[in-house]
Amino acid sequence: MSRRGVVGVVLVSAAIVVVAAIAWTMLKPGALPQREVTPGAVSASPATQVLLRGEYLARAGDCVACHTEPNRPAFAGGRAMPTPFGSLYVPNITPDDETGIGQWSADDFYRMMHTGISRDGTLMYPAMPFASYTKVTREDCDAIYAYLMSVKPVRQQNRPHELRFPYNKRDLLIGWRALYFTEGEYAPDPKQSAQWNRGAYLVEGLGHCAMCHTAVNALGGSSEAKAFEGGMIPNQNWYAPSLTSNREAGLGNWTIKEIVDLLQVGISHRSTVYGPMAEVVYNSLQYMTDADVEAMAVYLKTLPKGDAEPPPTSQARLVQPQVMETGRTIYVTQCAICHGSEGKGQPPHFPPLAGNQSITMTSPVNSIRMVLNGGYPPGTQKNPRPYGMPPFAHILNDEQAAAVVTYIRVAWENSGAPVTPAQVNPLRSLLPE
Amino acid sequence: MGMRNARLICAGAVAIAMALATEVSAQPSTVPGFATLDSMEARVQGCVTCHGRSGEGANSGYFPRIAGKPAGYLYNQLAAFRDGTRQYPPMNYLVAYLPDAYLREMADYYAKLRPPFEARDAAPADVAMLERGKSIATAGDPRIGIPPCIACHGSRLTGMNPGIPGLVGLRAAYISAQLTRWRVGSRHAAEPDCMKRIVSRLSEADVAAVAAWLARQEAPADASPESSNLVRMPLACGSQQ
Repeated sequence: MSRRGVVGVVLVSAAIVVVAAIAWTMLKPGALPQREVTPGAVSASPATQVLLRGEYLARAGDCVACHTEPNRPAFAGGRAMPTPFGSLYVPNITPDDETGIGQWSADDFYRMMHTGISRDGTLMYPAMPFASYTKVTREDCDAIYAYLMSVKPVRQQNRPHELRFPYNKRDLLIGWRALYFTEGEYAPDPKQSAQWNRGAYLVEGLGHCAMCHTAVNALGGSSEAKAFEGGMIPNQNWYAPSLTSNREAGLGNWTIKEIVDLLQVGISHRSTVYGPMAEVVYNSLQYMTDADVEAMAVYLKTLPKGDAEPPPTSQARLVQPQVMETGRTIYVTQCAICHGSEGKGQPPHFPPLAGNQSITMTSPVNSIRMVLNGGYPPGTQKNPRPYGMPPFAHILNDEQAAAVVTYIRVAWENSGAPVTPAQVNPLRSLLPE
Repeated sequence: MGMRNARLICAGAVAIAMALATEVSAQPSTVPGFATLDSMEARVQGCVTCHGRSGEGANSGYFPRIAGKPAGYLYNQLAAFRDGTRQYPPMNYLVAYLPDAYLREMADYYAKLRPPFEARDAAPADVAMLERGKSIATAGDPRIGIPPCIACHGSRLTGMNPGIPGLVGLRAAYISAQLTRWRVGSRHAAEPDCMKRIVSRLSEADVAAVAAWLARQEAPADASPESSNLVRMPLACGSQQ
């Protein structure tokens, strides 16, 4: 090669390098969006790493879901949280000095997370899941604190709660705490693997799964003996299935991959998330690392098995032939195109109904609501274009909706019990047209 | 087999085939159905029981035609339903956890569809009311300072890209409900909200009149929205910016 040729090659190579470098610099922010950063995977400064870890943990705790009003700045609070005892208004946790937590120290923040006592000594209402957050380590609390201190301060005065007497008396919380609150960071179980312990830490701590999946009693408490046995979510009219019963969402029969997919992707070959769980996946679980979600799955799969109630007797499962026929006819016309004439679905996009615990569990509320309201799974990083189910509230009357839900609960050897029109009717008013 | 029997069998077969054909075409278009699983058609099954298999709207009552409306308009509505700035609980619930890119894809999908129009409204109506409706829609009312509908929604009422919806093919009940929501402040568009300025000057009778007239208009052969650079709009419109 001539000397000139060599120079040419060098120049062209240099130009390519320069163009590539410019392209890299310009494209980098798009290629590495902040929320996809895995803690520890980038060589950021130690202080930045703490912030990234704090952001990740804040997502694991889903702080943003309650502490943000729709279309308002993140973490500025103000969102009404209806409870059976009146409305709570979630506080501003941006670092604004006067209206947020700008004056809080890391110690104040840890005490609040760990004990449910606010900076000024006020006992907090247990709508804040401090009974779960108490398990979070000091190091993780500090990272979340550092992250919250780094977000944009928003000046927005907290709105006073509107609780009915006697629930507006915070002294009552002393009793509640004595009954239902045990303070203490998560203590690893040395007999279990590190992965299992990581999963338990996330599920019982930041994940605060028990807030919905353990039934809440009339005093707004949940007992440890009933942990993860499921229950109606107050004021949302969705049923959070038991995570221990193989007849509900018990995961004993699931593969780890199926559990991971449900939690992180929002769909799986077994079932699809909907209702409040869709929000949890959308805001929180989709951002968690594969390793963390897998750890949660490993832990969830080992939850003690036990059914709070026996399966329905054959007597309770009897269906009038004409109801079954009405249900079958509707199913064939409206449902079979997606869910298949044998209820096998087209997983993961159209979930199976045969053998789906979400359909056969004791409470029919969720199945009825899906038929009335339809639903889209959350659009997640691993499933950005989900398939949806249409509403049938305007197409089926109470008898027809009850018949088709009855049909899917008992057909294909499903073990559910029939549903009455009276169970359908009150659920119609939840999403008024 | 004699000729007669063969003819009977043929006639029978034709009758059965016709019955089947009738049954197929009698299936309302609001029953779920799609051709291939990996398609937008399959993904938007969540829409079909109200808006029809091709976005043509339900022939009974309220649910609007969405096919062929400008993609920008459809996206704005989907995002507003998701974020709660447009209120309709069944829609707010359905799209609550869908990302922007997917809502845009849904909007683009329906914007490209051109299903046939349902029969227009033909119920008897008060002649004077329809006259008033026509006058508002085609000439406006300078006395109260409102431009004609066609100035922005297009001379053929098929809307204007990117953000102004077509009005042809909508039911009177839907149009008057939306205008009423604007009047009471529960529906709004991007600021400057030109529709708010217009609707606040219309009486209830005007709303009923313009809705009734619009619902009676024949769809043009080409129902595509107009291009945005053909006309100078009479009012500043946030949805077009």
